[in-house]
Amino acid sequence: MSYLEYNTKYVPTGLRKVLHLNWPIILLLIAVACAGFLMLYSVAGGSMTPWVEPQMERFALGMVLMIIVAMVPIWFWRNMAFVAYGGSILLLLGVEFFGEVRMGAQRWIDIGFMRLQPSELTKITLVMFLAAYYDWLPNKKTSHPLWVVLPVLFILAPTMLVLNQPDLGTALLLLIGGAAVMFLAGVHWAYFATVVGGGVAAIVAVFQSRGTPWQLLQDYQYRRIDTFLDPANDPLGAGYHITQAKIALGSGGWTGRGFMQGTQSRLNFLPEKHTDFIFTTLAEEFGFVGAFTLLVLYLLIVLFCIISALGNRDRFASLLTLGIAMTFFLFFAVNMAMVTGLAPVVGVPLPLVSYGGSAMLVLLVAFGLVQSAHIHRPR
Amino acid sequence: MKRPPKDIIASARTISRRALVMGGVQLGVIAALGWRLQSMQVEQADEFRLLAEENRINIRLLPPSRGLIFDRNGIAIAANEQNYRVVMVREDAGDVGEVLAKLTEIVNIDPSDLSRAMEEMQRRSPFVPVTIADRLSWEDVAQINLNTPALPGIQAEVGLSRVYPWGADLAHVVGYVGPVSDFDLSRIDDADPLLQIPKFQIGKTGAENKLERTLRGSAGTRRIEVNAAGRIMRELDRQEGDPGKDIQLTLDSRLQSYVQARLDGESAGAVVIDLENGDLRAIASAPAFDPNLFVRGISVPDWAALNEDKYRPLAAKAVQGTYPPGSTFKMVTVMAAMEAGLVTPDETVYCPGFTDVFNIRFHCWKRGGHGNIDLHESLKQSCDCYYYEIAQRVGIDKMAEMARKLGLGVRHDLPLSAVAEGLAPDKEWKARVRGEDWRIGDTVNASIGQGYVLTSPLQLAVMTARIATGRTVTPRLIRLIDGVEQPSGLGESLGINENTLRRIRASMEDVCNHRRGTAYGSRITDDAHKMAGKTGTSQVRRITPEERAAGVTKNEDLPWERRDHALFVGYAPYDNPRYAVSVVVEHGGGGSRAAAPIARDIILQAQYGGPPPLEAYPAGVRDKIAAQQRRIEERVPPGAKGRSRV
Repeated sequence: MSYLEYNTKYVPTGLRKVLHLNWPIILLLIAVACAGFLMLYSVAGGSMTPWVEPQMERFALGMVLMIIVAMVPIWFWRNMAFVAYGGSILLLLGVEFFGEVRMGAQRWIDIGFMRLQPSELTKITLVMFLAAYYDWLPNKKTSHPLWVVLPVLFILAPTMLVLNQPDLGTALLLLIGGAAVMFLAGVHWAYFATVVGGGVAAIVAVFQSRGTPWQLLQDYQYRRIDTFLDPANDPLGAGYHITQAKIALGSGGWTGRGFMQGTQSRLNFLPEKHTDFIFTTLAEEFGFVGAFTLLVLYLLIVLFCIISALGNRDRFASLLTLGIAMTFFLFFAVNMAMVTGLAPVVGVPLPLVSYGGSAMLVLLVAFGLVQSAHIHRPR
Repeated sequence: MKRPPKDIIASARTISRRALVMGGVQLGVIAALGWRLQSMQVEQADEFRLLAEENRINIRLLPPSRGLIFDRNGIAIAANEQNYRVVMVREDAGDVGEVLAKLTEIVNIDPSDLSRAMEEMQRRSPFVPVTIADRLSWEDVAQINLNTPALPGIQAEVGLSRVYPWGADLAHVVGYVGPVSDFDLSRIDDADPLLQIPKFQIGKTGAENKLERTLRGSAGTRRIEVNAAGRIMRELDRQEGDPGKDIQLTLDSRLQSYVQARLDGESAGAVVIDLENGDLRAIASAPAFDPNLFVRGISVPDWAALNEDKYRPLAAKAVQGTYPPGSTFKMVTVMAAMEAGLVTPDETVYCPGFTDVFNIRFHCWKRGGHGNIDLHESLKQSCDCYYYEIAQRVGIDKMAEMARKLGLGVRHDLPLSAVAEGLAPDKEWKARVRGEDWRIGDTVNASIGQGYVLTSPLQLAVMTARIATGRTVTPRLIRLIDGVEQPSGLGESLGINENTLRRIRASMEDVCNHRRGTAYGSRITDDAHKMAGKTGTSQVRRITPEERAAGVTKNEDLPWERRDHALFVGYAPYDNPRYAVSVVVEHGGGGSRAAAPIARDIILQAQYGGPPPLEAYPAGVRDKIAAQQRRIEERVPPGAKGRSRV
C-alpha cells in the first residue's frame, strides 16, 4: 500500500526484469549448490545416484521457481503474506494429524509428487508475514506493548507446533528468525534485553536449583540436558557421532585428504553424511581451505542480501530480505556450529548442500522473494 | 493508510541501523566459526588425523608357516598339509537354514558343528565368515565348488595344518602341536603376539615343543582398512613374517620305523647311536601313539585308551624311562677297578654261586657258581660274584665316577620333552637324599647294576658308544637348523687306559660270538658286521630265601609287571665300531633271550641301511627271521600315510 507513493515507472517490466536480477546472489547460490553436488557425489562413493541426480533436478526446479517468484511484483507477495502464513499453520496442523512418521518425528506431509515438510515452508512464511505486519504497522506503534505481543504470538504459534513434532532445530530457527525480524523492524531494545535477561535467569535458576530441595526439574530431565549439552558423556550414543564428525573435520588439515579420499566418510564412520553432517565430509576432503571457502560463499550471500536490503526503501521488501538473510544465516551457522562441536546436535541441514528436497525448494523460493524485492525496489 | 515521507525515512534509518547491528553479529559468528575451523583443521590436525587413522586401520597378524622337520635323509617327518574348510558368510547366504540344508546333502557335516556355526553366525556381524566344517577331503571341496551356484555364501578355504606322515613311529621324538591354551600362556614367558591368535598351533611335546622358537618363525603383519562396522575394505600393506626354520634331525626315519616295528608288542625302548658323530639314528619307544590325533584334538575315548594302557604309550621310554641296568653295568664296575689298579685282567676270583658280605648272602645268577673266573670270562658269562668282589675293593665313589664318565647318571641335553637324569649313586647322594650312610651291601648291589642304579636306554647307548670309541660321544639329535650344521657329538678321548678298553671290548665281543657267551644265540654270522655287546637282566622284585631254596620262579610264571627287565647293549662291527645300540624291554625276562635278538636285528638293519641278507644270521634262525622281515614290511604304523617303507 505504501508502494503506491513511489514512482513505479522506473520499475522494469516484462523480460527486462531478468537484467535487473541480483546476479551475484544467483551465481553464489549456484556455486554453493555445485559444492553440494560434488560432496553428494563423493559420499555416494563416486556415483550420481542415489543423491546427486535428484538433488540436481530439485535445484533446477528450485531455480525456475526462484525466477518465477522473482518476476512477480513484490507487492503481490506482500498481499499474499497472510495467506501464506495461514496456509503454513494449517499445513503444520495437518502434519500433526495426518503426517507421516519418519525417523521418530512427524514432519512430512505427502502431497503426491513429493513429500513436503511444512516446517521448512513456515521458516519463510513467518518472516514474510512479520515483514508485512511491520509494513502495515505505523512506525510509532512498533514498540507499543500490545503491538509487540501480537507478533510474539505469531511466532510462538508455529514454533510450538514444530516443537511438538518434535523438531527442536527448526523451532529454534523459527524463534530466532522471527525475533530477528522484530529486532530489525525497530522494536525497542528493552524488550530483547528483558527476554534475553529473563531467559538467562531462568537457565541459571534451573541449573542452580539442581540438587537443592526446590529443584525445578526432575533428575532424568537434568540428565537429558547433560547429554544434550555434552555428548562426550555418552561416547557410544549421541557422543559417537559428534566425536566422529570432529575427527573427520580435524583430520582434513589445511588442504584436506583429497576428493573422495576422506576415510571417515567413505568408511561410514560419519553419521548422516549426506544430510546434516555433509559439511564434515567437505572439511575432511578439502581441508580448511575448502571449508573456509564455503563459509565465505555463505557470508557473501548474506552480505549481498544486506546490501540489497539497505538500498531498498520499501519497508516490507527490506525487512523480508533481511529476514530471509537471517534465516539463511541461521541455517548454516547452526549447522556448522553443530558439526564443529560448538553447539549441541539439533537437526539442521546445511543449506543448498545437504541432500533434501523441501529445504532446498523453500530456500530457493525465498531467494526468489529476495530477487523480487530487488527487482521491484522503489527507485 | 498513507505514511508521510518523514516516517518512511525514519523507518528506513531504523532498519538500516538494525541491519548493520545484525550484520555485525553475523560477522562475529562467522569469525567464530572460522576460528573454530582453523583451530581444528590447522592446529589440531595431526591429532585428529591420528584418530582417523586409528579408526580405519586395523593390524592383523599373518601367522608364519611352521618350519618342517626332516630326517637325516631329507624325508619329512613333520610337514604342513593343506587342509580345507568350508565357511559361510551370512549376508551372502540369504536363507541360512536352506543353504545349510543343501550343504549337508552334499557333504557330511557333524550336527553339533552345524548348530555351533549357526549360533556363531547369529552372534557375529553378517559379513564375518564363520567356519562350518574343518578338515574336509579334497573330494568334498570339489563337490562344494561344483555346487557353488546353489550354495550362496558358502566358500571353501584352504589353510595349513601339521601332519606327521610317519604316524606313531616318530611320535615320541617329534612330539606334536596343538592349539595354544591358557595353561600354555601362563607357563611360558613369551611375548610373541602370535600366541594371542585363537587356536594358534604350538609344539606341545618332543622336538616340536623344545624347538618351538626355531620352528615357529615370526609373525607378519597386514594393515587393513576397516569401515565403521568392522568390515574389511582393503589391504593397505602387508609385511610378510619370517617362516619358521626347517630342522633336520639325525634320525633315520626308515631305521626308526624298523625299530618301532621290531619293538611292536613289547613295552620297550631302544636307541641307536652313530659312533662317527654321536648322531642318534633311532630313538624308539614302544608302544607309541599317533601324534596326528592330537593335532586334530584327541577324542575322549582315544585319550582314555592311551592313559589306561599299562604299557604307557605316551611315555618316551628310550629317554625318559629309567631302569636298573643289571649286568650291562658290569663294564662300569670293572673299568673303575682296572683304572684304579685294583684288579688285573688275569686275576681270578672264586665263584661258589654266592658271596657273603657281613652275613648277607648275595647270589650269582648261576646257582652252582662259576668256579675260578677272570675278567674275560666273568663278562662273557656274566658272573655276579666276580663283581661283588671287585666292587668291594674299588668302592662306590669310583664306580659312580666311572659311570658318569661313561654318560650314566648324567642328563644329556636333547631337545626332547623329558630326558631322564638316571642315577649313578654314591655316598654323598645317599647321605643327601636318603639321609643314610652308604652300606657295603649297596656297593655290592650296584656292582651288578641293581640297587639304586638307574639308567635310561639313551644313557646305556651312550655308555656303549664311549666304550666302543674310547671318546666322549655326546648324543646329537639336531643335524641342521635352517641349513646350518650343528656341532658333532664326537669329543675328546675319555682318558681311559687303552688296555682297559681293549680288554673290555674283547670280552664284549665274546659275549656275542663265543659259544659260551650269554648272547651267542644272537650272534651275527656275517664277518664284516659282527656285533659285540653285553646282556643284562634286572630284577624288579625281591627274591626271598624261601623262594631261592625252592627254586627261583621262572619269569614266564610271573605276572607281567613282576618279570625281570631285559636289557642289551652292543656295538658293531666289533673290530671297527660304527653303531652302538641299547635295548630295554620292560618286564621282558632274560636279556639274552628278550633283548639281544632285537638289538641284533636293529644293528644289522642299521649297518645294511635296510633289511640285511639272511646270510648274516645263523642258519638255524633264518626261516624265523625271513618271516619276521615279511611281517615288518607289511606293517602300516598307526596314523602313517601309507606303508612305512622300511
